[in-house]
Amino acid sequence: MDETVAEYIRRTVLKIPRDEIKVMLEKWGFLSEAQLQTLNFHQIKDNISQEVVQLCEENSADIKQAAVLDIIYNHIYHNKRMWSVYQMRKTGEELEYFDLTDFKKKFKRRLRSALKNVTITFKEYEDNAIWIRVAWGTPHRRPNQYKPSYVVYHSQTPYVFISASVLKSNLPLLCQALLVASNYHDIREMELRSHSLNSLKDIVFKRYSQNFPTYCPKPLQEKNVEPESVDLRIVQENRSEKERIQRLNQEIFGHGPLPTLEFAHYRLETMFKSDPKMDVLDKKEPFRCLVKFSSPHLLESLKSLAPAGMADAPLSPLLTCIPQKARNYFRIREKKGLFPESFVSP
Amino acid sequence: HLATSLPLPSERDHLRPRIDLVVFMIDIKSKYSLKNVEASLPYVDASYFLGKVCFLVTGVGRVNYCSIDTSAICKLGEDYCSPVLFCELELEGIRVATAQRLLRMLQICAGFVPGVSALSFSLLMRKSADD
Repeated sequence: MDETVAEYIRRTVLKIPRDEIKVMLEKWGFLSEAQLQTLNFHQIKDNISQEVVQLCEENSADIKQAAVLDIIYNHIYHNKRMWSVYQMRKTGEELEYFDLTDFKKKFKRRLRSALKNVTITFKEYEDNAIWIRVAWGTPHRRPNQYKPSYVVYHSQTPYVFISASVLKSNLPLLCQALLVASNYHDIREMELRSHSLNSLKDIVFKRYSQNFPTYCPKPLQEKNVEPESVDLRIVQENRSEKERIQRLNQEIFGHGPLPTLEFAHYRLETMFKSDPKMDVLDKKEPFRCLVKFSSPHLLESLKSLAPAGMADAPLSPLLTCIPQKARNYFRIREKKGLFPESFVSP
Repeated sequence: HLATSLPLPSERDHLRPRIDLVVFMIDIKSKYSLKNVEASLPYVDASYFLGKVCFLVTGVGRVNYCSIDTSAICKLGEDYCSPVLFCELELEGIRVATAQRLLRMLQICAGFVPGVSALSFSLLMRKSADD
């Protein structure tokens, strides 16, 4: 077995938390049941990984199998990577039957015709997700297995989720290969990024609970209203206001769990409006500024702003449109014309 | 009676008893809360500022999250001739002690402590702060 493959397997196993190693090796299925029995999972990880490498040696593992293990690891720990969403477009309306083998063949052929040194690995999952792992090399160097790109493609949808490696130059090639393999004509990057792959899927596939216009106007009894304090000596003067805020929040955010996003970026290219006497920024140039909201769970924290009394309800549509518009990167420019308001660029 | 801002909603006027003490709570972590209090102050009748108003600043335990200058709050207290209390609601001991202080003030403001009026008590509190 190649030394580099052995080292790669060793390092991949080291990444896995000790309690999860057995499960992941079982999912991998490369080592037999008997071989797994011989492993002692109660020793330190260093030793476990050495033993795994030895077993892989017995089975003559090559980089292809090692890459599958890497995909399995990243499928479970997808939150460790940053994912971007891309949308593909077809010009025709033809409903084509999706052939997986054809897709894989075309994808590999397209990539390999441009770059000889690549490692391409596929793994399909039950939810129609196809995971593709690509390790990139150069004409003179073998692929770097430690900086691969991951692509998740749901064949019934025009969406692709990509976690690119540091080398941005390989991205156009990757996109081209995807277009050719999937028979689409055009691909564009959406302004939507997050660590949580599942949340990105929830947003673009509209799997989270949304506001439906037929929602009944009266608030649901007992549902999400704060439990009234049993102490009758406390009187809430602004109860109707609190209820209004709850109702607005339900309308805007729905009442299910919200997708997890970590940040929202607003790039402002608007004119600085100040008191003419202050004489700041005389030049008629837009004042460039980046406003970044970050949170472990941005949408939940936005939802709790008004009930916590930290913001007025309803919140600015720039914040609340994030799930519907499926974007968390915005560019705000000055609206030219009669109304000096800013508008969000497409 | 808890309210998020003043003026109080008029639809409940008939349900409200006499108000003896108004405590304005300012969260030191939120500039919005100070603005809200400043906007609500004009709705208080001038007679309340003779000892029946108090400012309670919460969240002082989290030094890293202070958004408001304490000197701004102290100036607010001076401008409105009302005492400023600082507390941290997340610590039970301080929470209980603060509640007891407020209760004591309320007793005086409601006239339940013979010989001490709200005005004299507030002057007492101010004098000790100035020293």
